[in-house]
Amino acid sequence: MTEPLLRVDGLRTHFLTRAGTVKAVDGVDLRLDRGEILGLVGESGSGKSVTGQSILGLVDPPGRVVGGRVLFQGEDLVGAGEKRLRAIRGRRIAMIFQDPMMTLNPVLSIGTQMVEAVRAHEKVSRAEAWERSRRALARVGIASPDERLASYPHQFSGGMRQRVAIAIALLHSPDLIIADEPTTALDVTIQAQILFEVQKLCRETGTALIWVTHDLAVVSALADRVAVMYAGRVVETGTVAEIIGNPRHPYTRGLLESVPSRNRRGVPLRSIPGMTPSVLDLPEGCAFRPRCDRSSGACTVMPELTGERENRAWRCWNPVAAEARGDAA
Amino acid sequence: MTAVPIIELDGLTKRFSRKLDVVERFARRLGAAIDDRAVQAVSGVDLSIAEGEVVGLVGESGCGKSTLGRMVAGILPPSAGTLRWRGRDLRELSPADRHHANLKIQMVFQDPMASLNPRLRVADIVGEAPVVHGLVPRRQAEEYVAATLRQVGLDPAYLRRYPHQFSGGQRQRIGIARALAVKPDVLVCDESVAALDVSIQAQIINLFMRLREELSLTYLFISHDLGVVEHISDRTAIMYLGRIVELAPTPELFDKPNHPYAKALLDEAPRVSVEKRRFAPIRGEIPSPLDPPSGCAFHPRCPHAMPRCSAERPALRAIAPRRWSACHLNETTGP
Repeated sequence: MTEPLLRVDGLRTHFLTRAGTVKAVDGVDLRLDRGEILGLVGESGSGKSVTGQSILGLVDPPGRVVGGRVLFQGEDLVGAGEKRLRAIRGRRIAMIFQDPMMTLNPVLSIGTQMVEAVRAHEKVSRAEAWERSRRALARVGIASPDERLASYPHQFSGGMRQRVAIAIALLHSPDLIIADEPTTALDVTIQAQILFEVQKLCRETGTALIWVTHDLAVVSALADRVAVMYAGRVVETGTVAEIIGNPRHPYTRGLLESVPSRNRRGVPLRSIPGMTPSVLDLPEGCAFRPRCDRSSGACTVMPELTGERENRAWRCWNPVAAEARGDAA
Repeated sequence: MTAVPIIELDGLTKRFSRKLDVVERFARRLGAAIDDRAVQAVSGVDLSIAEGEVVGLVGESGCGKSTLGRMVAGILPPSAGTLRWRGRDLRELSPADRHHANLKIQMVFQDPMASLNPRLRVADIVGEAPVVHGLVPRRQAEEYVAATLRQVGLDPAYLRRYPHQFSGGQRQRIGIARALAVKPDVLVCDESVAALDVSIQAQIINLFMRLREELSLTYLFISHDLGVVEHISDRTAIMYLGRIVELAPTPELFDKPNHPYAKALLDEAPRVSVEKRRFAPIRGEIPSPLDPPSGCAFHPRCPHAMPRCSAERPALRAIAPRRWSACHLNETTGP
């Protein structure tokens, strides 16, 4: 087996708060090959965003990566110094956030910000950096890029701002982009435009992508593989077809059954009872146990990720039976 | 339908205009061509909702769906048009009757944290309105609140708690309990499940459907989420830039949308499926309501646009029994 682009082993990120230790990420394993799109799915508080931030060492105090390894092309980023991380961030691994209004500087023009981003990593002339920014904007489908480079973030619509954020992420043709809910705040037609561009760019440039989201529908349309998170752990991983068509973890199945469009009109949805547990006070063993209809005595011990192969595994003592079935939608 | 609709909107319109500041007023007096920039958020919407019906209202941000909902709920006064409650114009009702009608239409908001007073206990949040309106004597208020909480699936033991002590799903239940406490006939739900996680969202959708059965409620269900609307509503209206562009029974609309915008919206909404798909998005952005396009508001983005579309605005016309669409294409050729 070839060395994957990114390998996350037993990543643990804890927040030491006055109320106690919040184990936001508690033993996450992921692997990602070159050019692959991984959907990292979970509900609020599942630790999906913190996982994305931990990979790049972007967790703010009181949060801290307390264990595990993040191997990026064989190099462990957890132990890497700030200087080394700065060389990687933006250049080899880029990040796109949910709200580009928070990541773009409101008092600098788009051009200034993009030229700065180019020159932070490469010794190129201002004119060359400008030209590269112009091309990056054109590539994400922004019309009249010259004019747009002179504009300020507030002059853009939400969808355009997100395109700019993607263009900035693409400036250095990174090997990996981590996108944290980048289309959640956008309208359906605008979201489709962004997904279209992203899909096209990943195909063209061979950039790998981690798409962090709560939206199963977006993931199923975009990703190659999916990792489902619950209470700080990956509970199931597999290809989109495996996860959507034949979920093995009861939580994944419950999540899928809760999606209205997969149910018959007017029939009550099969929802998961209860609510997400507080990460301050997780139940012993499997965190999903109190909401699970398949739980047994064994579930008081945390199950390991087991499965057919490394990329098709689940963390459950009583997995849902494998079914030979096609699309149930 | 022969029965009188519970709510009937006739040319309902809402304009928001910005007041000119001192300098602009002064400049105008000197002859400068400054007019107050008005946004027509909702333009001439006709819609009737039958008793017991669930009407879904779908659209993207800025299409006016929330403004329409607020006018129906009586929170915003319409700029023009009439709103009839059980066949009678609200403006012609006696003050007492109008008061009664307003009480019968209640609203459930998107963000319960923003719509519940953080300094009131649940008992007061839910109990205040029925006591004030004389539906329940103050002495029995607590009992009444407890019963209402049970109805929405909350433990009455939480009566003395504050909103921040609840999870998002529970808070939404409190918001629903508050609306139900005055015994309404109609609930206007404005993105009431949008802020919730999928598994919690399913619980709240089920609650809405159960309450509809138990209390024979009528809903105007506003959402940007097509899946939710498809699941819960009998008829669906799709809005674009202040107007309804298509209105039809839900199964028919989702099977075979007529208006090009409805088609685009349905095509592009991601669905959970095992097949990876290629997006073929529709171009352009939602135009600003400050400066809407001439003719059909959708024509700059429409793949079928003809010269007529930029000149003349298509009216909402019946294209089949109970189906309405506002598109010129329906007159030239069958789509």
